[in-house]
Amino acid sequence: MSEDDEDQSPPSDLRSQPPPCSPNKSRNCISSSSSSQTFPDHVLENVLENVLQFLDSRCDRNAASLVCKLWWKVEALTRSEVFIGNCYALSPARLTQRFKRVRSLLLKGKPRFADFNLMPPDWGANFAPWVSTMAKAYPWLEKVDLKRMFVTDDDLALLAESFPGFKELVLVCCEGFGTSGIAVVANKCRKLKVLDLIESEVTDDEVDWISCFPEDVTSLESLAFDCVEAPINFKALEGLVARSPLLRKLRLNRFVSLEEVHRLLLGAPQLTSLGTGSFSQTHQSEQEPDYAAAFRACKSVVCLSGFRELMPEYLPAILPVCANLTSLNFSYANISPDMFKPIIHNCHKLQVFWALDSICDEGLQAVAATCKELRELRIFPFDPREDSEGPVSELGLQAISEGCRKLESVLYFCQRMTNAALVAISQNCPELTVFRLCIMGRHRPDHVTGKAMDEGFGAIVKNCKKLTRLAVSGLLTDQAFRYMGEYGKLIRTLSVAFAGDSDMALRHVLEGCPKLQKLEIRDSPFGDVALRSGMHRYYNMRFVWMSACSLSMGCCKDVARAMPNLVVEVIGSDDDDENREYVETLYMYRSLDGPRKDAPQFVTIL
Amino acid sequence: MENVGVCDEFVNLKATELRLGLPGTEDEKQKVSCGKSNKRALPETEKDIESTGKTETASPPKAQIVGWPPVRSYRKNSIQTKKNEAEGQGMYVKVSMDGAPYLRKIDLTMYKQYPELMKSLENMFKFSVGEYFEREGYKGSDFVPTYEDKDGDWMLVGDVPWEMFVSSCKRLRIMKGSEAKGLGCGV
Repeated sequence: MSEDDEDQSPPSDLRSQPPPCSPNKSRNCISSSSSSQTFPDHVLENVLENVLQFLDSRCDRNAASLVCKLWWKVEALTRSEVFIGNCYALSPARLTQRFKRVRSLLLKGKPRFADFNLMPPDWGANFAPWVSTMAKAYPWLEKVDLKRMFVTDDDLALLAESFPGFKELVLVCCEGFGTSGIAVVANKCRKLKVLDLIESEVTDDEVDWISCFPEDVTSLESLAFDCVEAPINFKALEGLVARSPLLRKLRLNRFVSLEEVHRLLLGAPQLTSLGTGSFSQTHQSEQEPDYAAAFRACKSVVCLSGFRELMPEYLPAILPVCANLTSLNFSYANISPDMFKPIIHNCHKLQVFWALDSICDEGLQAVAATCKELRELRIFPFDPREDSEGPVSELGLQAISEGCRKLESVLYFCQRMTNAALVAISQNCPELTVFRLCIMGRHRPDHVTGKAMDEGFGAIVKNCKKLTRLAVSGLLTDQAFRYMGEYGKLIRTLSVAFAGDSDMALRHVLEGCPKLQKLEIRDSPFGDVALRSGMHRYYNMRFVWMSACSLSMGCCKDVARAMPNLVVEVIGSDDDDENREYVETLYMYRSLDGPRKDAPQFVTIL
Repeated sequence: MENVGVCDEFVNLKATELRLGLPGTEDEKQKVSCGKSNKRALPETEKDIESTGKTETASPPKAQIVGWPPVRSYRKNSIQTKKNEAEGQGMYVKVSMDGAPYLRKIDLTMYKQYPELMKSLENMFKFSVGEYFEREGYKGSDFVPTYEDKDGDWMLVGDVPWEMFVSSCKRLRIMKGSEAKGLGCGV
């Protein structure tokens, strides 16, 4: 489960240039051309190399690379895993010029709000230039992890052909490819260990890609294709699982029936993570397979997901594995509290829990009573509309906070919330690092007092001292933002929608949150004054997104002019906008290599 | 506020709007929403307000805002199909007729009882189905309507109550000739 996973380590784009060896700096600068050193440079280099190769954290590596030119050079030689948080922050050429021995690339493309149709399609984030550049520069590339990128079948084919040692492909929220592209990867990447397609749009090219895996024993450890909306050849899948002794993680799509899952489980009891396909019976047979027995045989399963098209009467089959579960994802299953409670009652070790709000406050109370080890909670709406019923409220979340004191990450969709509950939650859960609350009705106040939700969110930022990610909702005045600026000293990601009264709100945040990296705002009354107030920050941020706010073209142009290394994109809306002054969507980000060349027509780069 | 006139219009619209929220929150909301007018500074027209659909003050209460609540369409779609099935929005089943070159599809929820369904089928395939008898099946015609149920068995249309039929019918087949006779009355 990696929907919108937050990176735990601080941001580190390839933004720094090699430090100049100037006399102003009091660092020890070892010039490679000098010959009057005690030790020859190549010895120093070797020593450094041997030491630096143990540095994993990219934060540490970035720091090390700034020491001096030699350290820069050696760090660049020893960095094998590269993280690029914004694919337009630099060109592929710059990547390959600086880092020569990359084995693993993590690349992110579109901004998150694109997921919610706030941006026209074909905006960009193409994988093509990256794969073609890397094909020549990194023949030993092993791992590619993409998020919100546009990947074509040709890109996948090139990848499969160019990297003989390729081991891991992870595509999260990507699109542009189909089962034919997957087939090529399956067929040509003989050392493939991981093929994870997560929440991506995969077109059905009617290719039997499962059959394209090589016929001998595979090195597969993880195979996830729950997002592939196409029937699969079950017999081929069964054969594949049988000849993949290292397989630990398997996430099936909804075209795999419960009986078929049953057969797979019997043949693969070593699985640790299972995403079931369709959890319903298609044929009424005389002797129903003993599903519980199949699950009982999987002593190693600690992570369960799937449960599409759930027939609740079959849910008890998973009871044998509940006691071992650390992660449970029911977020595609419409489960009532009555069906849910007997299951969760056994899940004492649960740390990660995703579900639909159909389990109601009652279900959440059951979680609170049992799951004392809970770290992450995500509750999604069964009926994602503003005016839907809303079976969960502040009661459920507050109960969780009282029962699960180790809680670190929350994503909660609801229709009713109170300040009092948020205050209590902030006091109960000091370990919170991620708090994303979506009160679905816009501008909705505290449903008991009628007041704005300022005090509640204020308490969250004040008491949760480790908070790095915050998403706010409900009726919020500038006061809420004042709190954020005052207390949100570690906040790196902030999402704002339909909130605030004036420019001051945004100013509080831009001036008060020193660690702010990613700012996404929609439909809030923030204008030019606010935008200008943050100019000292934008080079230190990964991106700023502001849509349907009160920005003018003139101001955005001023910002673009004042900050040459900032790419300021104004993305137009579809309707004919007579008003050329009004900025529908602003998306700006720092870039080492100037504005991109592949911007579509509806994007204006200032 | 630059365009007070516009705000007045908003105010009027808001007065008639049905909204969720406690009494007494109205004023605050009005102030807030005026401040949030997406398009500003220009001669405000109704056209602007209507066309954007995002200006929440002017849009009807139930109009859905783009991308709100922020649930990915992938997730929405996965749950939506289930909801449709649950609400029974349209139950299309294939209908084949022996000897016909291609199949048809009908929506079973369009009919309330068997006679309506039969009439529709008869019109569609230009045949006549005869009369239904509880014990003997269909008499007076070479054609016999059958359906495949959830268990994969072929059943005679008309035996079970209508609701049960609709919930268990996966596809229809109009059998013809000697094969039909086997299901129909004993000849």
